[in-house]
Amino acid sequence: MSKSSLKQTLKDLETKKISIRELNQEYLKRIKEKENLNVFIHFSEENVLKQIDNLEKDNSAKKLKGIPIAIKDLFCTKSMPTTAASKILENFNPTYESFVTQKLLDEGSIFVGKTNLDEFAMGSATNTSFFGNTINPLSKENEPLAPGGSSGGSAAAVAADLCLGATGTDTGGSIRQPASFCGVVGIKPTYGLCSRWGIAAFASSLDQAGIFSHNVEDASILLQSIAGFDQRDSTSAKVDIPNYFENLDDDLNGKTVGIPKEYSIDGTPMEISQIWEDAIKVLEKKGVKIKNISLPHTKYALPTYYIIAPAEASSNLARYDGVKYGFRSDEINSLDEMYENTRAQGFGREVKRRILIGTYVLSAGYYDAYYLKAQKVRKLIADDFNKAFKECDFIVTPTAPSAAFPLNEKQNDPIKMYLNDVFTVPASLSGLPGISIPYGKDKNNLPLGIQILGKHFDEQQVFNVAQSLERSYE
Amino acid sequence: MKIDKNTINKIARLSRIKLDDKESEDYINDLNSILDWVEQLNEVNTENVQPLSNISSSILPKREDVSKDTNSSEEILENAPDKLEGFFAVPKVVE
Repeated sequence: MSKSSLKQTLKDLETKKISIRELNQEYLKRIKEKENLNVFIHFSEENVLKQIDNLEKDNSAKKLKGIPIAIKDLFCTKSMPTTAASKILENFNPTYESFVTQKLLDEGSIFVGKTNLDEFAMGSATNTSFFGNTINPLSKENEPLAPGGSSGGSAAAVAADLCLGATGTDTGGSIRQPASFCGVVGIKPTYGLCSRWGIAAFASSLDQAGIFSHNVEDASILLQSIAGFDQRDSTSAKVDIPNYFENLDDDLNGKTVGIPKEYSIDGTPMEISQIWEDAIKVLEKKGVKIKNISLPHTKYALPTYYIIAPAEASSNLARYDGVKYGFRSDEINSLDEMYENTRAQGFGREVKRRILIGTYVLSAGYYDAYYLKAQKVRKLIADDFNKAFKECDFIVTPTAPSAAFPLNEKQNDPIKMYLNDVFTVPASLSGLPGISIPYGKDKNNLPLGIQILGKHFDEQQVFNVAQSLERSYE
Repeated sequence: MKIDKNTINKIARLSRIKLDDKESEDYINDLNSILDWVEQLNEVNTENVQPLSNISSSILPKREDVSKDTNSSEEILENAPDKLEGFFAVPKVVE
């Protein structure tokens, strides 16, 4: 069986060319063959077989019936443990189902396993996980590459064809950057499109669920399935969810693309500038007007993000105290000692670093200088996009400043690692939808990604452009 | 240098994270380099700019004010490291 799309597989299931059992047994086989990639934190063949049994007894029609999906281990699932790749949640078995995974279950999909990530989604290489690195499936032998992060396990699961789609979360680029590194499609929708209910929180004003898939059509099908209003998430948006797939239209004639000059950054590899230019030329041929735009506060997006995200993380992660769930240290002579030892032993280095910096920027005397200042700059960054979108329908940029780098390469210098998110963070701060699609290769034959950003809740436009570029590249 | 030994100890205490000496040293360096790097935000004039705390462009819908009794205390306690008679249990706090 070759790499097949979700769309094609749905047809094959419908016409009984293949059964749900046959389909999923093939994926189970592949997952076992690729165990060395360390894609999954939790995988149980028995659990998958049980899901197949249940679906076989179910006669109702369901949109994603039998489709194997991988779930980032940040989404709470009743049927499988949920760890957030942290020791502090090593033995956590949620008693409730996240909004997004419930939607996928309601549609009849099969969860093949819970994928690896950076601990609490804090990282860009899936190397801060308590459960070890995930290896990018595109690595050559003896030269393991990072899959990107934080949703590196989900991106790798799709790239290695271990599922027909996967969920991810994106706070500053955690879907788009690994999609680019692994050569798959990854979409982060508008902030508020998918409920955050049941997703272990990192930075609540930025966290957003999204999808990895083999192609744009599949992403459009899956995103529709996980989107929707939910009153348990106070930032969930009450908007109509269009049928993105039915409405796909790659005719872009008369549209205007914005090309932000601030995204030409010194030191960006030639190949990345080249694919960006190629994409613009392709759009021009399709009748798209090219508009050079300016997003003047772009260079301040990263420092803004690295104040706001840790600040929110430091308060969100206060809940892990060894009392209510998860790990508790053995050294507990007093309540305070229990908290301090539990958190010291339960969190990894990067998570502690972010909690400490977040606590500092929120602490008395520093709040205005750091946190409030960052929120004001965030407003200016969002305003830049609002102005730009008066002149264009969508924006096209590279996704990441490099192709996949060797495992462990950038580990020691936090700021160098943070620079991975340079092209993805501004849209996150502004809550905009963004997709990364594979577009071209570097000199080592590794995939590169193009990012398409749209207006708030204009996922349809983003999908349309993505499909148009995808087709021109195929 | 913004973060010294005293500051890191204070933040660690506020964060309820015990640090050993080696870790404290590492975090002093990390945090100082990160704080130096974010210093560039001071170049931006933010006079009369409203801070952005919620990016959501949609209006928050109201819900009906009705109480719901889910009686889920068993579920809530299910993952507790230690529990006693329907409560979370912690080390003794009063003598």
